[in-house]
Amino acid sequence: MTDAALTPTETQESWFHRNQQAIAPWLFLAPGILFFLFYVIFPIFQSFGLSLYEWDGLGEAEYVGLRHYEDLYWEWVDRDAFYISLKNNVLWLLLYLLAIPGGLFIALFLNQTVAGIRLYKSLFFFPFVISQVVVGLVFTWFYDPTFGLLNTMLGAVGLGPINLLGNENTVTYGIILAGLWPQTAYCMILYLTGLNAVDPEQIEAGRLDGAKGWRMLWHIILPQLRPATFIAFVVTIIGALRSFDLISIMTAGGPFGSSRVLAFYMFEVALSEYGFRMGYGAAIAVVLFLIMMVFIAYFLWSMYREEREH
Amino acid sequence: MHFNVKATIAALATSFTLAAPASAELTGDLKIFLDTSNPAPRATMEAMIGRFQELHPDLNIETTVIDREAYKTQIRNFLTANAPDVATWYAANRMRPYVEAGLFEDVSDLWAEPEIAENLASTKGAMTIDDKQWGVPYTYYQWGVYYRKDIYEELGLSEPASFEEMKSNCQAILESGRKCYTIGTKFLWTAGGWFDYLNMRTNGFDFHMQLAGGEISWEDERVRQTFANWRELIDMGAFIDNHQSYSWQEALPFMVQGEAAAYLMGNFAVAPLREAGLTDDQLDFYQFPAINPDVELSEDAPTDTFHIPVNAQNKDNARAFLRFAVSAEEQTEINNGANLGQLPVNAQSSVDDDKFLQEGFTMLSSNSPGGVAQFWDRDAPAEMAKVSMEGFQEFMVRPDNLDRILSRLERARGRIYE
Repeated sequence: MTDAALTPTETQESWFHRNQQAIAPWLFLAPGILFFLFYVIFPIFQSFGLSLYEWDGLGEAEYVGLRHYEDLYWEWVDRDAFYISLKNNVLWLLLYLLAIPGGLFIALFLNQTVAGIRLYKSLFFFPFVISQVVVGLVFTWFYDPTFGLLNTMLGAVGLGPINLLGNENTVTYGIILAGLWPQTAYCMILYLTGLNAVDPEQIEAGRLDGAKGWRMLWHIILPQLRPATFIAFVVTIIGALRSFDLISIMTAGGPFGSSRVLAFYMFEVALSEYGFRMGYGAAIAVVLFLIMMVFIAYFLWSMYREEREH
Repeated sequence: MHFNVKATIAALATSFTLAAPASAELTGDLKIFLDTSNPAPRATMEAMIGRFQELHPDLNIETTVIDREAYKTQIRNFLTANAPDVATWYAANRMRPYVEAGLFEDVSDLWAEPEIAENLASTKGAMTIDDKQWGVPYTYYQWGVYYRKDIYEELGLSEPASFEEMKSNCQAILESGRKCYTIGTKFLWTAGGWFDYLNMRTNGFDFHMQLAGGEISWEDERVRQTFANWRELIDMGAFIDNHQSYSWQEALPFMVQGEAAAYLMGNFAVAPLREAGLTDDQLDFYQFPAINPDVELSEDAPTDTFHIPVNAQNKDNARAFLRFAVSAEEQTEINNGANLGQLPVNAQSSVDDDKFLQEGFTMLSSNSPGGVAQFWDRDAPAEMAKVSMEGFQEFMVRPDNLDRILSRLERARGRIYE
């Protein structure tokens, strides 16, 4: 009668109870995964599909194969809108990275204990809190060729008026500069938190060994800030690639389309007042996605490597 | 069932006995979507709908006002998904995508009614695609050169009657340390206005329409002549500097402060100019002068319109509302200076005694024998409008790039019209 010794609960224990440990995490993940699949992964494939069609959002979609990509290629060859957008995207990518050393510098500068430091920190952080739209407007007024503060200042030192946003050669730099203002603040906050975690014993040890100034920073502080640098790098790259709002506010892509980036060009072609070429917009989105994919793959790969080391 | 049958018979009886139900009592629902989001037009429209409601107290009217810019994208969704019974939009090519997608109701029957056929004849062309009419206009307004009369008087100038005179006036204005024309091309369409006038005056209305319709090469010698005329003004320095950084509103202060003497604009510029302090003694209007004496004068007069979506639920009520909106009394009322301050579309209605409306009305009805255009971005397909207006802006800033710009437009023409 050994069987009778088994308690009823053990015999009737359900499949769910037996596999609880394995299932529970998936249950928790399920809503997130479902939404991610439905709102992120699925639309990506949808965009791939749409980029093969000519569609104005109203009538029947017409299959055109790779013709949109061919058009993009010609716009590239002719140094037309697509070429300009891509070139500007590269400029954004490179120059936006200045936010990282900028943020580090300000963080090091603010990482001291003097009276009122919290106020200074919040003032430096302030630009990140306000909306990009407001940042764009403020900088547009600042750059205004007739009434702007920039030209008033330049005039005071005897330099002629410049129209930063009206010149096709300078407009992108002008907008990136405006974008760097909040982005630097973001990187600064990341570094300030990173600096809190710096091990004082290591600094002490370094000091005993005679390290100070640049050597201290390079060999002792910076290696400990690596996680912060990584995050700053990720958010800055993504921020640069998805730059859109500042361009829309400050120049609307102008003058004559010279400040476009891919994200803005996509919006213009597919969704703006004179646009509604959904397929062409999707083709641009696919190109932007492939560029982002390079970085995302790199980030994932380096995160995976980090995880394995620990 | 008994009641349903009764109701159906009643409804049939109504529609048979009252085929022209101008005074008939309407029942049921009427859903109206408006893009007149600015305060004055909004109040005007709501007042008009209020008067319609008084005529038909049993009608359940629901009005939705959508921000003018947002409306331009939302219309695509609501026409397909959740259509109102009446929606505002624009005439000519701007309504073509919806006509072709089968989303606007054919209202040729309204235009066959003598009341509308006779009194709205002047705008029929703008509402016609494929020999059918797809909506009714409710207002339009003239374009022209608004100028500072006091500056002209100070310099002893008069309204130019020819392009030569326009340029010699401009030279005198430039010598007095001012600019001849203010303009803000940040949002591109203002440059389209200049192109409209220069091209219509150089090559005529028909040529202009053929160009908008993609029938003429952008590298055509006649198009180059238009740009050559434009370039004369640009090289003189006639336009304000840095116009590419300003919207049309941001370009107003240059005229208000007397740094620029004139503005080629639609009549809607008068209100902000008056609000900024210019009196009617300082502000005046002239028709864009002839350039090529061989072509007849033609004008830009954009028309705003009402349409019935194909998916509307209450099309009879909607038709009644359209009849009401274009009636002579309503046209007089909503277009007067206190309301829209524009021109009525009904020939039987009277124009407000505002001097700009009077001059504009005279100009459009008796001095534009060539024809009346809508506006570049309404006459040309949207895509072509976008690329070309970008080209116009580039030309105004970098006139030396003309060849490159024209070859780009020619390539766009090849793609867009197919």
